[in-house]
Amino acid sequence: MWRKVSWPIVGLIIFLLTSIAWAQVGHEYVVPSETSLKAIAQESFGDAKYAPAIMRATNSKHLVDPSFLSINSLTMKIPAKAKLLIPDRSWADAFIAFWDPNRPEDLFGGGKLVVGSWWTAGGEAEGLNALFKIYAEYFPDVQIVNATIAGGAGFAFRAVIKPRLIAGNPPDTFQLHAGLEVEGYSPETYLTPLDKLYEIEGWDKVLPKDLLDLLVYKGHYWGVPVNIHRANVLWYDKAIFEKHGLTPPKNWDEFFAICEKLKAEGIVPFVMGNSGGWEAAHLFETILISTLGAEGYKGLWTGDTPWTSEGVTKALEILKKILGNINPDYSALSWDGAGEYLIAHKGAMMIMGDWTNGWFMAKGYTDYGWAPVPGTQGIFDALSDTFCLPKLAPHPINALGWLEVCGSKEGQIAFNTRKGSIPARTDLTADEKAQFNSYLQSCMEDFAQDAIVPSVIHGAAAIESWVTDFKDAINLFLATKDVAGTQKALVEAAETALAAMK
Amino acid sequence: MWKRWLKGERLVTLLLLLPSVIAVAVFVYGFIGWTGYVSLSNWNKLLPDYTFVGFKNFLKLFAHPRFQIDLRNLAVFTALFLTGSLVIGFLLAVLLDRKVKGESIFRTIYLYPMSLSFIVTGVVWRWLMNPGSPQMGSTGINLLLEKLGLSFLKSGWYTDPRVGIKAVAIAAIWQMSGYVMAMYLAGLRGIPEELREAARVDGASEFQIYRYVILPLLRPITLGAVIILGHISLKIYDLIVAMTGPGPGFSCDVPAYFMWETTFHANRFAQGAAIAIVLLLMVSSLIVPYLVFSVRREAEV
Repeated sequence: MWRKVSWPIVGLIIFLLTSIAWAQVGHEYVVPSETSLKAIAQESFGDAKYAPAIMRATNSKHLVDPSFLSINSLTMKIPAKAKLLIPDRSWADAFIAFWDPNRPEDLFGGGKLVVGSWWTAGGEAEGLNALFKIYAEYFPDVQIVNATIAGGAGFAFRAVIKPRLIAGNPPDTFQLHAGLEVEGYSPETYLTPLDKLYEIEGWDKVLPKDLLDLLVYKGHYWGVPVNIHRANVLWYDKAIFEKHGLTPPKNWDEFFAICEKLKAEGIVPFVMGNSGGWEAAHLFETILISTLGAEGYKGLWTGDTPWTSEGVTKALEILKKILGNINPDYSALSWDGAGEYLIAHKGAMMIMGDWTNGWFMAKGYTDYGWAPVPGTQGIFDALSDTFCLPKLAPHPINALGWLEVCGSKEGQIAFNTRKGSIPARTDLTADEKAQFNSYLQSCMEDFAQDAIVPSVIHGAAAIESWVTDFKDAINLFLATKDVAGTQKALVEAAETALAAMK
Repeated sequence: MWKRWLKGERLVTLLLLLPSVIAVAVFVYGFIGWTGYVSLSNWNKLLPDYTFVGFKNFLKLFAHPRFQIDLRNLAVFTALFLTGSLVIGFLLAVLLDRKVKGESIFRTIYLYPMSLSFIVTGVVWRWLMNPGSPQMGSTGINLLLEKLGLSFLKSGWYTDPRVGIKAVAIAAIWQMSGYVMAMYLAGLRGIPEELREAARVDGASEFQIYRYVILPLLRPITLGAVIILGHISLKIYDLIVAMTGPGPGFSCDVPAYFMWETTFHANRFAQGAAIAIVLLLMVSSLIVPYLVFSVRREAEV
């Protein structure tokens, strides 16, 4: 009986082996005569210090292709005709920069890569899987563990990751927003600075300067950005706008004129969801940008713009007026639940980040248009997802490879076309840009020319405790509609946070 | 002398008890002590900082507008949840005690919600109490009211800041009143028929019998129910998470939810610990007198 099944199994194994055409981090090298790793390193890289990198790369390759040599120590004699993998220089540089000589276990391949993120569904999960696929091509010896925790904007995820960091049991890499959110992770204690990786990969040349400024905290880079999202987008239903002869509002007066008109027609002029507790604060953030302008808004988070200023009062007044034009069930709905109003042509406008675009596409809804939030033309309210390297990551070298994939053009195109965001890198060719849909292409254009401001509710502009206080003040405002009292609470939140940041 | 005391059965008993005594000492009382210690510290960033700051966290907490709303919500919720569950539970028990046909079926139906977790209850009632809108139509309870021609009774439920936590209390009452019924039913079955007969002979009306005979006899059960429901109510968290979240203007927020947010989102670990201690004090003010009471009664017996 065994003989009967053995042939199909052999056939399957052969099929599997031939069907995987691995991309690899280097090139094959057959040793002509007995030598040492150091000599090979000297010959290949002009420097013997690269020996550990060759050892690791070859050992990794050995795990998936036993014809490569298995090297068990740096001083082992390499016999003639042995097959080695000489890594690319950038990978070897990164390995040497981040490998801790006290961790000889990292000279052997294999093991796991535990990736923590809050991408669990839809385009986000597809994008993450695309990154995993690319990673698996380069590092087939590593077993990827997808440690996701659901929950919009990562609110549940962050609550899980923090105790793990404090307990010294972090995943190998995890998702965090670019910007001051990193303060909430006490990076000097818990994360590894990635400055050298930026230098080796040349990321400081291909990422826009505004983003690089956002990524630096206490003088170091702590994360590798994979994407950019825009927060200040007004989405509208084209069918309703055409039927009533409307054009997207350019300022709040036009916005409220449209509201009046649509209200009389029995259409919800503006839809919102707030069951996540952050959506209303997201809306308010974009209003603040419209009343204060790019510089004024940025100043709010550095202490340069006082929270007592007229612009903040005006923004609260606008929010109050908007609350008179929204769907009554807003606090029972999440942002996507609110989007159903647009899809059903029962609601006309909504303000949400551009992940909405991916969601609309997934829903098969095409009748939507977009414009910047009224009064924020020429301003790009940005947020970015990054991956970091915890100090106590159990497999730091595996994580290093992950960060390289995240920062690569290949990784960013594969990820962002699926997630519905734009790459953080700005060095895409016209052909590469053509792989993105029309919204994303227009978004890339805006990103290249607009003033970029950091989003607060998505972790870029302020430390986490401030974001929480900001969110709480706005949530309270939904019930009280008390402009003066809320402004006072916002002023106090700013004082507390600015004092804590000193 | 120790040797003689630690002999035979006593040694075995002690050895058998030891693991659980150690576990409880560390994982219950040890961590209560640790939480208390953290609540007096300055740990309001991710990085632990155990500088002693006295009652600063507590003072800040009680001045916090959100915590004040939370305490008010908790008081409203506890009052409604306790009275609602007790009254409905008692009425159901009295009705079932009439030896109706198919009693066991009704008993199962009424008790059934208890077997669900608060998460399930929350999700179901979240949908039932979805307010809907004129444009998208009504669902759940509002749809039912509409069909019955009772549209004036329609409400925003948990999305209306004026209702807020009261809507959550309705869901909690639905879940727990069957449990109270079971307790009362057991109590009613324990009251001998002779007592009622005697009261009837004395000319008491049915209402008077319940008021002056049955209810006083059921007092231990009422007390037990208040203790059990009371500590569930003070610690309520999962129902809020699944059903409403903090709600508009924190109209559905409770201290346990605030504790989670302030600890893990705002990184205010000491403030979170302070909320935990406040909750512990509230629950123990309910439990400790009961324990004292029952220990004393056991001693009397």
